[in-house]
Amino acid sequence: MNTNLDGTSPARGVSAIAPKEGGGFPNPGLPPHTHRQADDSVPAQKRAERLVAAMFLLSILGTVVFIGAYFLVTPTGTNIFAEEGTPRALWWSNLVTGLGFAAAVFFIGAAAVHWAKTLMPDEEMVEERHDIRSSDETRETAATMITDGLAESGIARRPVIVTGMVAAFAALPIAVLAPLSTLGPLPGNKLHHTFWGHNPGQRLARDHDGTPIKLSDVAMNSIFHVMPEGLTHETPHHLEERAKAAAVIVRIDPKLAQNEDSMNMGVDGVLAFSKICTHVGCPVALYEQQTHHMLCPCHQSTFDVTDGAKVIFGPAHRPLPQLPIEVDDEGYLVAPGDFTEPIGPSFWNIHKDK
Amino acid sequence: MTTTTPSSRKQASDGEGTSRAYKLGAIGGDWLDQRVSGGGLVKEFARKIFPDHWSFMFGEVALYSFVILLISGTFLTMFFDPSMEEVVYSGPYEALQGATMSRAFESTLEISFEVKGGLLFRQMHHWACLVFMVAIFVHMFRVFFTGAFRKPRELNWLVGFTLMILGMVAGFSGYSLPDDVLSGNGLRVIDGLMKAIPIVGTYLSMLLFGGEFPGTAIIPRLFTIHILLVPAMILGLIVIHLVMVVWHKHTQYPGPGRTERNVVGFPVLPVYAAKAGGFFFLVFGIITLISATTAINAVWVYGPYDPSPVSAGSQPDWYMLWTDGGLRLIPGWEFTIFGYVISLNMLIPMAIYGALLAVLALYPFIEAWVTGDDREHHVLDLPYNAPVRTAFGVSWIMTYLILALAATNDLIAIALHLSINDLTWAFRIGIFVVPVLSFYITKRLCLSIQRQKRNLALHGKETSRVVRTETGDMLEVHAPLSDYERWVLVQHDDYRPLSAGKGVSSLRAKATSFFFKDRIEPITPAELREAIAHAEHEKHELDELTGGDYRTPAEKAVH
Repeated sequence: MNTNLDGTSPARGVSAIAPKEGGGFPNPGLPPHTHRQADDSVPAQKRAERLVAAMFLLSILGTVVFIGAYFLVTPTGTNIFAEEGTPRALWWSNLVTGLGFAAAVFFIGAAAVHWAKTLMPDEEMVEERHDIRSSDETRETAATMITDGLAESGIARRPVIVTGMVAAFAALPIAVLAPLSTLGPLPGNKLHHTFWGHNPGQRLARDHDGTPIKLSDVAMNSIFHVMPEGLTHETPHHLEERAKAAAVIVRIDPKLAQNEDSMNMGVDGVLAFSKICTHVGCPVALYEQQTHHMLCPCHQSTFDVTDGAKVIFGPAHRPLPQLPIEVDDEGYLVAPGDFTEPIGPSFWNIHKDK
Repeated sequence: MTTTTPSSRKQASDGEGTSRAYKLGAIGGDWLDQRVSGGGLVKEFARKIFPDHWSFMFGEVALYSFVILLISGTFLTMFFDPSMEEVVYSGPYEALQGATMSRAFESTLEISFEVKGGLLFRQMHHWACLVFMVAIFVHMFRVFFTGAFRKPRELNWLVGFTLMILGMVAGFSGYSLPDDVLSGNGLRVIDGLMKAIPIVGTYLSMLLFGGEFPGTAIIPRLFTIHILLVPAMILGLIVIHLVMVVWHKHTQYPGPGRTERNVVGFPVLPVYAAKAGGFFFLVFGIITLISATTAINAVWVYGPYDPSPVSAGSQPDWYMLWTDGGLRLIPGWEFTIFGYVISLNMLIPMAIYGALLAVLALYPFIEAWVTGDDREHHVLDLPYNAPVRTAFGVSWIMTYLILALAATNDLIAIALHLSINDLTWAFRIGIFVVPVLSFYITKRLCLSIQRQKRNLALHGKETSRVVRTETGDMLEVHAPLSDYERWVLVQHDDYRPLSAGKGVSSLRAKATSFFFKDRIEPITPAELREAIAHAEHEKHELDELTGGDYRTPAEKAVH
């Protein structure tokens, strides 16, 4: 009991192998070999030979097509199938060069494999395995080499050196932190503020064309994707600023409102919220007019804009931060300050004032 | 090796040509041998035996698609410009003319629209990556289900596992490079995930992006990771992987004449040189064919990255899907302690992903601990002979699939006209229920197959010929198996649960019970002798009744 099937015991502990009752069955050895067609028939052999040679020829044909197409069916220059520079020309170029190259490589492979399968010997050969572990003699020699080497280094007799060495190797990895720290600045308070807060009194402008929005432009149940008017391509770090300042405005019927604080931050039912999901930061780009829900297309967090953009479904936890808005003298929507809290995904110290 | 050709005249001319080639080869061989001792290398490898089985092909597919990735990737680096400098597009693609974009995106458009063969190489690079990852996964589970990870191959399992992880890193860093809307949002998810890590999260994000997201550093940094760091690591590990395969000699499926002490198959020269070498060209050809006919990652449709837009149907490449699924299923759990935020809605999915990977990496060691089996294993298990392992593997795959499907819940909801909320809830329940259910079903299936194989080995194949005796008994005529056929059914090892005590901890006793308490007793030689004696007795009876002719009266009339 508790021995391996080959009569040895496991080096440690007990094995769960069930010994074979009656010693198991004898291995009957390799079965007799059956011949293939081409092993016995010369015509079959010739046929296989011709097929292999033909496939190599097909590969050459593919190479010719590829080279020809590379210069005659180009995306922007000469193209014998479509007008130069059109999407059709690109399509043809990709197709014909691709098919040519595919044939050039595929038929080399097909020829080689067919050759091996029909004409090369398929009689199975047997090779013995050897123990992976080295022989006892080798192990002993190896062990002696290591112990001798260590003894010569005097490592056991010189604890001071060992202590110093361990300390040095322990200290060195800390050095890695220094160059690592130059990869980027510290977060500071960057994640707590946006362009709106840095530049109070910004008009809300339509995203992309940059035109400011009047209160009267905002129809009931509509949605606008907005950016601060002053945030343009000339603004330093404008992509980073856009990544934080992106917002939407929606107009809802004040009768549907469930959240007074939220309504008070808007004007006549026009409310502005951050467009950056509080889950992992995708833009919350979908708005359902009927239900007044905003949906993040990445992970389906759903926010109810009639209730301060509270999460009603999905993985997000915090409501979309609201951007308090007012109307200026000319009737344009302006933001007197920043979002009510930091935007985007939650992080460790998001609730700490910075 | 001698070749036979029908015409003797041709043979003579062949002989001349061959002898000249041999002479040249001998000169070259001598030159090399005197410098790098090539003779020893050839002696060691040229006639090395590898066993043949279709399932050993997947690893090859992975290797070959990696070579294709290197070739196509090198072409792409000649034209790609990993810069986030802003430019205004004025190229041939009309829809984006005048749009501001990064130089990285612009150069991707140039490769696609202007460089001859550029689109083909881009599509080959992307398709080869998808094939690479599929092949890695299928290969990994071939190894898993056949127990090829057992001693002495545990380390090679870990090398392969690391290659799978590196493949994901390579893929993600690669598809982020074009700087389009889709990949930009992928990076933003990574940014959000990193920020959720307590204490160090925001620092990590700032360090990775060189400041706030998206910054201007991430594309060049990913470029270095993608074309230098990760491929170098993959290449190094592939070398180790293959050296170990040669060192251990390949595993083989059980069969007559195959033992733990031998390897039965074909030599490298000429068979595998032709078959495996040819197979590289086949994989190359098929990937090229797909790339010639099927568009992939048309970044010009998505547009250049801008932090504001995103569209529904934002899915990563298939091998990253599972990492997105958990993020969609987790409820919005987050709590604040002493004013600091713990984002469970991100930490729990990340922990689950880590646990799924860890249990896969460690499985060989877990199983070895349970069985206490420290022999070398070179003959593979048939999956049904290891019911718990197989059930565990299927259960793991089902968990993975649920996560991957959950990451496509918006697409499924649209395609099937389902509510996305209901669908999400179905997946939330499914991720707990399906793995357990699939474990149980798989295990029972394996045991049933074992039972069926046991009957087959004892009684032979059913012939559908039933004879009624004078007493009204029905006897079916069985065709006995040959020794060769039966060997595959009776050769496997069997394990049994251990009881605690005598060097077996109670935890291990429970583990062995979990693994082996449901077992089908293997056939013993005595049982087989009895079965054969019984069969002979029955055959005697049948022969008396039928005169040895088992045909039906109708058949007799026809023939």
